[in-house]
Amino acid sequence: MNILNALSEILFVAFAIMTVLGACLAVRRVVMLMHTVLGLAVCMMGIAGLYFFLGSMFLSMMQVLIYIGALCVVLVFGIMISYTPKEINRMGITGKHMYLALTACILVCIPMGILIIQSDWHAVTTVPSGEIGPLGSMLLYQYCMAFELISVILLIGIVGSIILSRGGHVADDSVPVSVEDH
Amino acid sequence: MPSENIYIYLLLAVFLFAAGCYGMIQRRSFIRMLISVELILNGAALNFMTFSRFTAPEPETGRIFTLFIMGLAATEAAIIVSASLSVYRKYFTVDPDDVKDLKL
Repeated sequence: MNILNALSEILFVAFAIMTVLGACLAVRRVVMLMHTVLGLAVCMMGIAGLYFFLGSMFLSMMQVLIYIGALCVVLVFGIMISYTPKEINRMGITGKHMYLALTACILVCIPMGILIIQSDWHAVTTVPSGEIGPLGSMLLYQYCMAFELISVILLIGIVGSIILSRGGHVADDSVPVSVEDH
Repeated sequence: MPSENIYIYLLLAVFLFAAGCYGMIQRRSFIRMLISVELILNGAALNFMTFSRFTAPEPETGRIFTLFIMGLAATEAAIIVSASLSVYRKYFTVDPDDVKDLKL
């Protein structure tokens, strides 16, 4: 039993390190944009592991499915379609606002970290049950409106992205076949 | 036990948020900005999950918010990728600073 506990703690530390390293890789000044997406995937995998340790198997599966399975594929296709190597070479080296960004990041990070460390969270140590049943019933009773709105937003997003990526005005010279032809 | 420690989760969330801010301000292409936004959203989601595990009386609430954040992030990613595609097609650039037709 002790060995299992030690193993799970080692896994937790590994997931935390994966999260940190993936986030660093995702915002690093790399030339290849694909490495950024790889960093995002590693970071999301680490967060999925953290969700598992936070007691929700379902959310860690959703994290892997949505972020690594769907979002990274969308990003890879977006990069492959739109970015030529010349553009990447021109853009990749010259980060413009790097010192500004570092200053802002440190100014955000350090006060928040100090606040977190100094606060006394009355943390409970009881492990919650990772069942999906209560989650589903709360989604369909208490948060039903928000759930439906998210569905509508997803639909609008799909339609909007199709319209945007088609250019929006494709029907100029491709007038549909008139009825007289038939 | 590091996995029972609330501070580690919260500091990880702050780190994700700060990394996202860094990438967002650095601003070198639309895809990088999108990835930074994903990092920021995931920092927020990790915060929700942490508080629902450690301090909330109902652990399901934080999970539901995390699910909503995931759905919104997926929608936003699809829209931004197709918008950056159409911007690339129209302006032939990936630099967000070059797209300034609406600026004075």
